[in-house]
Amino acid sequence: MNVGLFIPCYVNQFYPQVAIATLELLEKFNCKVGYPLNQTCCGQPMANSGYEKMGQSCNDLFTENFAGYDYVVCPSGSCALHIKDHLHSTKDEAAATTIRKTVYELAEFLVDVLKVENIEASFPYRVGVHQSCHGQRGMHTSQMSELVAAPFSKNDFLLQKVKGIELMKLDRLDECCGFGGTFCVVEESVSAKMGKDRVADHEKNNVQVITGGDMSCLMHLEGILKRKKSKIQVKHISEILNGES
Amino acid sequence: MSSTNAKHPELSAIFNKDEARVDWHDETLWWVRQKRDKAAWTVPEWEQLRETASAIKNNVLSNLHDYLMEFEEKAKANGVIVHWAADDKEHNEIVHAILKENNVSQIVKSKSMLTEECGLNEYLAQNNIDVVDTDLGERIVQLANEHPSHIVLPCIHWKKEEIGELFHQHLNTPKGNSDPQFLAGAARIHLREKFLTRKIAITGVNFAVAATGEFVVSTNEGNADMGAHLADVHIACMGIEKIIPERKHLGVFLRLLARSATGQPITTYSSHFKKPNINQTMHIVLVDNGRTVQLGRESFRNSLKCIRCAACFNTCPVYRRSGGHSYHTAIAGPIGSILAPNLDMKKNADLPFASTLCGSCSNVCPVKIDIHNQLYLWRQEITKQGYSPKLKTVVMKVMAVTLSKPTLFNIGGKAARWVIKYLPFMVNNRLNPWYKQRDLPAPPKQSFTEWYKKNRK
Repeated sequence: MNVGLFIPCYVNQFYPQVAIATLELLEKFNCKVGYPLNQTCCGQPMANSGYEKMGQSCNDLFTENFAGYDYVVCPSGSCALHIKDHLHSTKDEAAATTIRKTVYELAEFLVDVLKVENIEASFPYRVGVHQSCHGQRGMHTSQMSELVAAPFSKNDFLLQKVKGIELMKLDRLDECCGFGGTFCVVEESVSAKMGKDRVADHEKNNVQVITGGDMSCLMHLEGILKRKKSKIQVKHISEILNGES
Repeated sequence: MSSTNAKHPELSAIFNKDEARVDWHDETLWWVRQKRDKAAWTVPEWEQLRETASAIKNNVLSNLHDYLMEFEEKAKANGVIVHWAADDKEHNEIVHAILKENNVSQIVKSKSMLTEECGLNEYLAQNNIDVVDTDLGERIVQLANEHPSHIVLPCIHWKKEEIGELFHQHLNTPKGNSDPQFLAGAARIHLREKFLTRKIAITGVNFAVAATGEFVVSTNEGNADMGAHLADVHIACMGIEKIIPERKHLGVFLRLLARSATGQPITTYSSHFKKPNINQTMHIVLVDNGRTVQLGRESFRNSLKCIRCAACFNTCPVYRRSGGHSYHTAIAGPIGSILAPNLDMKKNADLPFASTLCGSCSNVCPVKIDIHNQLYLWRQEITKQGYSPKLKTVVMKVMAVTLSKPTLFNIGGKAARWVIKYLPFMVNNRLNPWYKQRDLPAPPKQSFTEWYKKNRK
């Protein structure tokens, strides 16, 4: 199957290793992966700031880049959700509609479409999973603690297949890290406090590595960890699943 | 509400100066959220109950006119005097007129967020009427000359030691005594005298039944009953969205309300009022105050399904770390942030942005209001109406242009990585809010696109 690799703008610029891991992982599972070189951003930063209309040129570019693939896969629940909910094109609405239906977050794609059963990877560390809100509550990659419903987690399902990994239980299963896009600068004090509290939960539960499906949340937590010179590392789930340690 | 023009980011920055207190506030409300979860899990059909409540409320909103007319007719037949108020001003005037008519200048009032929304206490104070709030939490904030910071737990931002000191000043309790049971006892004695002597009692309304003209008031302290039964005149103030079609629907809402609010199976008192007692007069004031405008806003109308349980407050990671007063509006929290822009879009333009759009609020909402979607939509509306800061618009324009042109994006990304690497002081300074409490990522030597061109093409 033809997979269009959709890499969030900040991952492209600041975390290329996450994009490489995602690409290699998809290739390992026999996907024919294309990477449209002209891709930039999904337009979410403008839209969440109240400027959805201004993001139209981003939307048109996105549609042009990703038209024709069987699936569009992104190592970020947040960017994938934005496309799923808000992508419209002034030039090719039919293509935009198809993309909205075929866009997947990475773990979701591995579990639901590729139906991955085995992961060849080893990661002998105590790992805490950060549930990124848009992946979780938007893309339903895991059950939400607010609902009276049976639990599941696509991230955990995949991580449990990794050799040597120990998944640590957190006090608060799915609280937001406080990144929130422009929220992290506009509401600096609350945002940073939310991040500090998330980090404290992982520290308290003896975590060595924090992982998750969204690098933006992990970037936020990493910023706080580095400031306090913590030994805790952050790693995107693709890096662990791709067998790097 | 707030006399200053400070916005949510500034007000929450002030709240966050005392980090230990923020932790205490967060943990207190998280405990309430956990109680709510436990209570919800005792009802296997919880999600179905939410769906049913949502459907009933949708029906009410679609037929509001008819239900209101039916309610008025039935209430009048029960001997209740019904008033209609278009806005907060008219509501306050109606209440004041009833007081004047009865020559009363001192009243008791049980909890009503509607009267907070209308600024009734301030209005009556200006007209030399003494109002005593009889809900313990509301009485505490009233003595402190504050507004509630939470619609169910009005003084959740106060510590018991501080309440002990406040009571020492106002109720003459011994200095240093902050035993909750003792303080509640002192408040009870203080309030009993008010209940026994005041001739008019105001209550709120949780549910008004169209088919029967009855209404239900839910409290844990029984203070609404004490007020209403001891007074000669009972004035019940309600927003027009409080209507439910039939009595049987209470079985849905009463099961949801207290479980969502505090984790109790039901409030201690669910008091049903139908007709005035002998020698008593009963008034109902039906208030619009922007609700019909909201009903006409397609994207936002279902915010009127709200039953004021505050589950969205308790779960909101931003509310727990910024406190109710940072929302500078009678109803704080996520639901307040989608209701307030309807009342004054300019003044409340900051509130829909006081959220990470994490979506937890929509999941706990017992009537399934899509709160986080509405926050997103209010952001678009506020920008469209021109209430966004000018600088932000400029920044967004630059961003939109850069991100829609691949060449500019690649150059910009490279430049950003170069700056962080070679001129870190350009970004690692006080002008960058990110850097205040967080480090920036280490810049990689190449972008993924650059890597891809070398390794895959």
